[in-house]
Amino acid sequence: MLAITIAIFIPFMAALFVPFIYKRVRSRNIGWFVMSVPLVLFIYLASLIPAVAGGKTYIHTIKWIDSAGINFTTYLDGLSMIFGLLITGVGSLVILYSIYYLSEREALGRFYVYLLMFMGSMLGVIFSDNLMVLYVFWELTSISSFLLIAFWYHRKKSRYGAQKSMLITVSGGVGMLAGFIMLYTMTGSYSVREIIGTIGQYTNESLFLPAMLLVLLGAFTKSAQFPFHIWLPDAMEAPTPVSAYLHSATMVKAGIYLVARFTPVFGGEAVWFYTVTGVGIFTLFWGSVNAVRQTDLKALLAYSTISQLGLIMSLFGLGSAALNEGYSADSVIYTQATFAALFHLINHSTFKGALFMVVGIVDHQVGTRDIRRLGGLMSLMPVTFTIAVIGSFSMAGLPPFNGFLSKEMFFESVLIIRNLDIFAMGPVWGSLIPVVAWLASVLTFVYSMIIVFQTFLGKHQPDRLDRKAIEAPVGMLIAPLILALFVVGIFFFPNVVGNYLLRPAMTAVYPPFEGAEGLVPHIAAWHGFNAPIIMTIGVIVVGALLYTYLRYWRGIYSLAPMRWNLDSMYNGLLTQTEKASSFLTRTYMTGYLRDYLVYIFVFFILTVGGGLLWTGGFSIDLSNDAPITISEYIIIFVMMGASIAIIFAKSRITAILLNGVLGYSIAILFVVFRAPDLALTQIIVETVTTALFLLCFYFLPEWSKEKTTRSLKVFKGIIAISVGTVVTVLALVVQGNKMFESISVYFENAYELAGGKNIVNTILGDFRAFDTMLEVVVLFIAGIGVFTLIKLKAGKGDEDVED
Amino acid sequence: METIITILVGVLVTVAVYLLLSKSLVRVILGTAILSHAVHLLLMTMGGLKKGAVPLLGENAESYTDALPQALILTAIVISFAVTSFLLVLAYRTYKETGSDNLATLRGFKDE
Repeated sequence: MLAITIAIFIPFMAALFVPFIYKRVRSRNIGWFVMSVPLVLFIYLASLIPAVAGGKTYIHTIKWIDSAGINFTTYLDGLSMIFGLLITGVGSLVILYSIYYLSEREALGRFYVYLLMFMGSMLGVIFSDNLMVLYVFWELTSISSFLLIAFWYHRKKSRYGAQKSMLITVSGGVGMLAGFIMLYTMTGSYSVREIIGTIGQYTNESLFLPAMLLVLLGAFTKSAQFPFHIWLPDAMEAPTPVSAYLHSATMVKAGIYLVARFTPVFGGEAVWFYTVTGVGIFTLFWGSVNAVRQTDLKALLAYSTISQLGLIMSLFGLGSAALNEGYSADSVIYTQATFAALFHLINHSTFKGALFMVVGIVDHQVGTRDIRRLGGLMSLMPVTFTIAVIGSFSMAGLPPFNGFLSKEMFFESVLIIRNLDIFAMGPVWGSLIPVVAWLASVLTFVYSMIIVFQTFLGKHQPDRLDRKAIEAPVGMLIAPLILALFVVGIFFFPNVVGNYLLRPAMTAVYPPFEGAEGLVPHIAAWHGFNAPIIMTIGVIVVGALLYTYLRYWRGIYSLAPMRWNLDSMYNGLLTQTEKASSFLTRTYMTGYLRDYLVYIFVFFILTVGGGLLWTGGFSIDLSNDAPITISEYIIIFVMMGASIAIIFAKSRITAILLNGVLGYSIAILFVVFRAPDLALTQIIVETVTTALFLLCFYFLPEWSKEKTTRSLKVFKGIIAISVGTVVTVLALVVQGNKMFESISVYFENAYELAGGKNIVNTILGDFRAFDTMLEVVVLFIAGIGVFTLIKLKAGKGDEDVED
Repeated sequence: METIITILVGVLVTVAVYLLLSKSLVRVILGTAILSHAVHLLLMTMGGLKKGAVPLLGENAESYTDALPQALILTAIVISFAVTSFLLVLAYRTYKETGSDNLATLRGFKDE
């Protein structure tokens, strides 16, 4: 369907108009225009939900580089539908929020251009079926994220965070590109759907495993999985609407999307299962451990996002086990993990988006996000407090919020995996996963409580706040309120989401299971007194205890050697790379013309000469040579003599006269070669050139004798002779091996085609008239250059400008 | 004929390269001038030498010399003239500003 393709480009086109509109409307009202874009797209996508839920998929192809397998194919199925709704839905809310959040003194035009650019690229990522197109949009999201993080570019931390996120996500992206190319080499297609159809026959290829790991590298860097998660906390330097949108709801989920999309390709393999699950579970744990020790609310949310992304990632890993044996009544039970992942993906976007907006509101209203300075805001900001409670309790996994449902399903999935008897999954590993998951959930509970209680309860400290705390304006509260409504609404009607959004997405992730019984479980808040509910109760009890006695055990964070961490490794690597590269560049970039020329000539000798040797292309055929007369011999030997004499010329006058000898001899040769026009031109040009040289000599000093060592002279000689030899041999080889007929016969029709009898003139003035015109332009530019260099006086200040 | 012209081209290239590797700016410019001479001859040789009449249709000859290399060379002569004159003025200006025509002493800024 063409409309999906257009949907990708609408944000880009809107971005083009924003600067012009912003010129007219220099106020926050520009946001209303921008907001209409995702809103319209959201309504459009939502109108397609019933059809997609009925199993329909939409595909549209625009032929692009067909010969290379690159076409602009868009594909809308259940999986891309979920992401499309998140991008446009959360996008609309974030823009609505930003209208009130950002001050009118900010460069709003620039901000919205970046935001729309991001939205378009993100839609491109999820709707593209062609891997190359997907890759381009993928990197575009990295770039727009870079621009948005560095939105306040006058701050050093913003620039640092932007660079860090860019370096990490783009290098992962490049790895992913290599993975895509490997997939293409194996399957001969860039289309994800075609690859899914044929990948079964390639699983034993040597490229299969590297391709899988490289695609995962792209996904892990983008979704901030351990150890690449370090960019996300620094990305929090972006304005809060950006953090809510890119760095919690959408962009960081692109990696999740990639894993989900590639589950039918790589799923069922042991490496995929262990890597995705293991990295996900560890990220979940590590993120929650670090979140508890943060004092900046936004940093806390960043680590909690990392942790939650790890949770979703690990669920996709667990769910991939179902594809190991194909469809069977037993294996369908493992698909539940993927179902939970998709469900939690939606839930996370709602509650985390709301929480980010809450933190933004607090920051905006009182001027700080430091929980040590906050407290007691409940009575002053009741609405914000309510939203914070809904968001945090949902994140902690408490009823009646949607996080409870997906958390329960998560526990159930990690418990099911203990029964898995494939992939050499022993009882130790099988039990470790639920234990780590439970521990991480306890810590999740603790930091969720920190957000609510340390911000809104406790002692109010008005003297430590920048501004007097009052409730935020209504406009700012609408967006988080809508998200909070979803948090509660999904809890009460989870099966609406399950049937309309998750069912088609499950079919997209598990093509062989289409329509299978048990693929879309019925979500129920209460399903008996079973293991997951015991785990949840355990989380609440232990979490509450840990939170109450937080100040007694928080000390262990200062025990661990935190100086030596991943961040300092990244920084060290960055400084070392910069040092090494600048050292390397200084070594060969000497600023001396001769060195550069030596590089060029040596490269020429090695590639062209070496190429001749390598291919054994020597077959010199002299039989076609034209006969030669005595007088011609004389000219040629005079030229050789004159040229060699130039090297040894003592004075520059001698040298320039010898050069004149060369030039006039060439003119004579042109006569011999039946080229009268050339001969005439050569004589004129040679005369003027010689005159120019002499004129310049009047201003320049006599050329000094080259004071060089003998070895340097020999070195120069060797290079010069080698280049000369390579040129000669190459030319001789070319003459002996004419592979194509000359095209000159065409020009012999000059009189009929161009109405001229001098063929050379018709070529210059008619057949290739544009070339001649541009040649005149070159002359013109050179003329301007000469004039400027002679006439222009350098001002005294110029020296400063040059640096 | 072609062979010996090709060898001449080789000699000219050798001389040009040797001059290009000099310290003196004027030698370098001279090197570029000689290099363009060599290239013109090379182009000419590639089209075959003395293989027919002057490429003027009024000659009513049976065959004409390849006109295409001639057109190329005509362009090349003009361009190389432009480049040479520009380089010469550049050398003049450089000497005027820095008092040196020695490339070894002309490298970059000290604080770079």
